[in-house]
Amino acid sequence: MAVETTTRAKLRWGLLDVLVVVFALVPVLWIASLSFKTPATLTDGNFIPREWTLDNYRTIFDTDQFVRALINSIGIALIATLIAVVLGAMAAYAISRLDFPGKKLLVGVSLLIAMFPQVSLVSPLFEIERQLGLFDTWPGLILPYITFALPLAIYTLSAFFKQIPWDLEKAAKMDGATQGQAFRRVIAPLAAPGLFTTAILVFIFCWNDFLFAITLTSTERARTVPVALSFFTGESQFEDPTGAICAAAVVITVPIILFVLFFQRRIVSGLTSGAVKG
Amino acid sequence: MSINATPTGADVAADETSGAAGRRATVPAQRGGRRKPPLSENKKAERRLGLLLCAPAALVMIAVTAYPIIYSVWLSLQRFDLRFPDQREFIGLENYVTVLTNEFWWTAFGVTMLITVVTVAVELVLGMGLAIIMHRTLIGRGLVRTSALIPYGIVTVVAAFSWRYAWTPGTGYLANLFSDGAPLTERASSLAIIMLAEIWKTTPFMALLLMAGLALVPEDLLKAASTDGATAWQKFTKVMLPVMKPAILVALLFRTLDAFRVFDNIFVLTAGGNETSSVSMLAYNNLIRGLNLGIGSTMSVLIFITVAIIAFVFVKLFGTAAPGSDDGERR
Repeated sequence: MAVETTTRAKLRWGLLDVLVVVFALVPVLWIASLSFKTPATLTDGNFIPREWTLDNYRTIFDTDQFVRALINSIGIALIATLIAVVLGAMAAYAISRLDFPGKKLLVGVSLLIAMFPQVSLVSPLFEIERQLGLFDTWPGLILPYITFALPLAIYTLSAFFKQIPWDLEKAAKMDGATQGQAFRRVIAPLAAPGLFTTAILVFIFCWNDFLFAITLTSTERARTVPVALSFFTGESQFEDPTGAICAAAVVITVPIILFVLFFQRRIVSGLTSGAVKG
Repeated sequence: MSINATPTGADVAADETSGAAGRRATVPAQRGGRRKPPLSENKKAERRLGLLLCAPAALVMIAVTAYPIIYSVWLSLQRFDLRFPDQREFIGLENYVTVLTNEFWWTAFGVTMLITVVTVAVELVLGMGLAIIMHRTLIGRGLVRTSALIPYGIVTVVAAFSWRYAWTPGTGYLANLFSDGAPLTERASSLAIIMLAEIWKTTPFMALLLMAGLALVPEDLLKAASTDGATAWQKFTKVMLPVMKPAILVALLFRTLDAFRVFDNIFVLTAGGNETSSVSMLAYNNLIRGLNLGIGSTMSVLIFITVAIIAFVFVKLFGTAAPGSDDGERR
């Protein structure tokens, strides 16, 4: 009897699981499917391609427009992630370990920025960056990315840092290490998984951005892939841009899929521990 | 900023090493009398290190948000069209009158509100379901969680293109689902598709926030309720919901503010055609297409104020605890 109910329960959960998986994957599989279709079968409305081809991928990697955008995307996201994680780690360490005035203020400011409507910054940043010569450059995008990634980084890292066995730090200090040394030699290695998780989350955020990328760039100099994608449509550079757009879309989805596949556990724990504690 | 500055600590190169160096300089002086009264030296060093470590993050965040928003208020009080820079002048609140009496603004405002309310409501229900599945499923937990993370991680523009082509007549597998028209050329169906795309993309995030709340529900309490003969629904409403309430409110707050910013999906799916523009879309169009910084900034300020009101209402009315605040952490 008991065995039977658990089997039935398993079946019910299994059904729900399938529902979730289908719901989550269909749009992704659809755009992948389109990217493999030949021009002739592109408009047949079939979910699975009747004829497979890699031409769409050849096309996009042959165009400067896409390759340039891909380099921009990777470079900007990596630099922004690195800086945001370093600054975030410093702040999170201070928040979780040290007693100093203005701590509450910093937490409050981070929270406000997490809720900040980014579109409100678009007009003033456009004008400020034009005056400073940052418009349409890598730093022009990296700066806002760092800003909006910092609250995420600070929260996630504070949560991780609070779980670290700090007695080890005390032990290190007993042995004559300074607080700074204790941080670098003892705590940093322990914090590495948290740092890595945070880096993934921040990278996904930067990789995903569209609003800043489309308003603060105007040429291929700093245009990222999501923006380049939206411009494939308007220009008649390709006969029908659908296949090329889908191929480019798949290319920038691959890193996300890899992150999710390999680091699912870390991402989930990062989001659930840092995002909400209240 | 620093009291009793040491040579290294004083120059605000403001990185971790200089802070540590400052600290190192003060530590040996008191090593002898560790637990003795003048703890204040130690305290001062700790304070200095704390401030130094936080300074870079705080400076960047304030420089890139506070200054522009103030600048934006200043711009919003001027007539400033980049196509006619000579006509730039101070005009007081005229831009606000222009925007607030403009029907496009109110249409966009209505669209944004509608999308926000509907998507957040649907996401709360679906997200709760997904959270429970991710938390409690007996089999394939890893698989479910991995799949659910894909909509969260995927680039919004990519997902939007997938939905757009899915509903494009001829190309898409969904195009003929309801009628043989083109769903993305009519207002009601366009809005529905925009909301579908939003819900698909952000339900997993909502679910993850709710799952954090689910993890707080004590297993014993659920068992006790079962022994007392509570049904699954009773357990959900009487045990789980009350415990999860703070998590739910925080999730709602974050998602509401996030939904209010809706931009990417609309840009790709309809480009704001057929009166489907959100306020973000409108502000973007005024800036990039219209090159009107005065009006664009006015909209920026109005959006900022709206978001501030929403956040204020949540915090005051529902008592949403600020995530990361100390009272929240010690749960």
